[in-house]
Amino acid sequence: MSTNLVVLAILMFLVTYPTRAVGLLTPGLDRLPKIAFAYLQLVGPAVLAALAAVSVMVVVGDDDVPSFHVGIEWVAVFVALVIVARRKNLFLGLIAAVAIVAIARAAGLAEIPA
Amino acid sequence: MSIIVFGGASQFAAVGYVASGLAWPGIVLLTALLNARHLLYSAALRPWLREVPLPRRAVMAHLLTDEAFALSISHFRRIGRTDERGYWIGAIVATFIPWNLATLGGVLLGAQIPDPGRLGIDVIFPAAMIGLAVGLITGRRELVAAIVGAGVAVAVALVSSPSIGIVSGGIIGPLVALLIPARLAGETTPLVSLGTAEPPAAVGPPS
Repeated sequence: MSTNLVVLAILMFLVTYPTRAVGLLTPGLDRLPKIAFAYLQLVGPAVLAALAAVSVMVVVGDDDVPSFHVGIEWVAVFVALVIVARRKNLFLGLIAAVAIVAIARAAGLAEIPA
Repeated sequence: MSIIVFGGASQFAAVGYVASGLAWPGIVLLTALLNARHLLYSAALRPWLREVPLPRRAVMAHLLTDEAFALSISHFRRIGRTDERGYWIGAIVATFIPWNLATLGGVLLGAQIPDPGRLGIDVIFPAAMIGLAVGLITGRRELVAAIVGAGVAVAVALVSSPSIGIVSGGIIGPLVALLIPARLAGETTPLVSLGTAEPPAAVGPPS
């Protein structure tokens, strides 16, 4: 990585670190009202589900325009979800998801998202 | 960059932006936007980590990624208490070290993999996130937060950008879920308890 890119990385760090630190380091957050704690308890499932949904349903093309994507990834992620819920085994769910996508793409049944 | 920024999505994006010649202020601004969801993570983890000394929390903050958050909050809720060592293991052993080793491996060997997309590796991230989300669902409120969060995220992402969508889903999902009256919240044991056969003892941070 060139020196210029190290500087860019440091600038990226300077805008990233505060987002990670503000909740952990800001004094007084311990005295939030109960409803705020109840809200924060719900952030985890909401953000993780949002990450998963956007990852498989939204594709950003070369023109930077997001578009709705329907593909084998939906099936793979759903199968992973079912396996995790029923078998309590995340690793098995991940293996199944990767296998579904790899087999479908190798067989020409699915394309790689842009 | 993997050590300094340690943010997968923003790193991928930055590579594309640099290659396309986007000006640095634009890259930095987009990085801030992409990583804005970490605000939610750090706020959500605060109740669990408030007893950890400030210097160590400052280091923890740098290691707070999607994966570190998901692994640690699942772990804390499963065992019903804070486990600082568990955070370090999730953040360093399971995330920081593999991410940097894989980055190095990609730099050295990536060109020899003809078509990584064919391997289906790209589906690991969403599958892992949904699996970890399932582990956090302990009642109707969590379920509603996850469903609404996902729906809002996709809808907003389609009209703006994925990062804005994810943050929107993370903010609005819990708000809608809180509208469910406490008597109907139906807090139960988690749908799954990943990696252990032990029943979960509690789902809230230590008071």
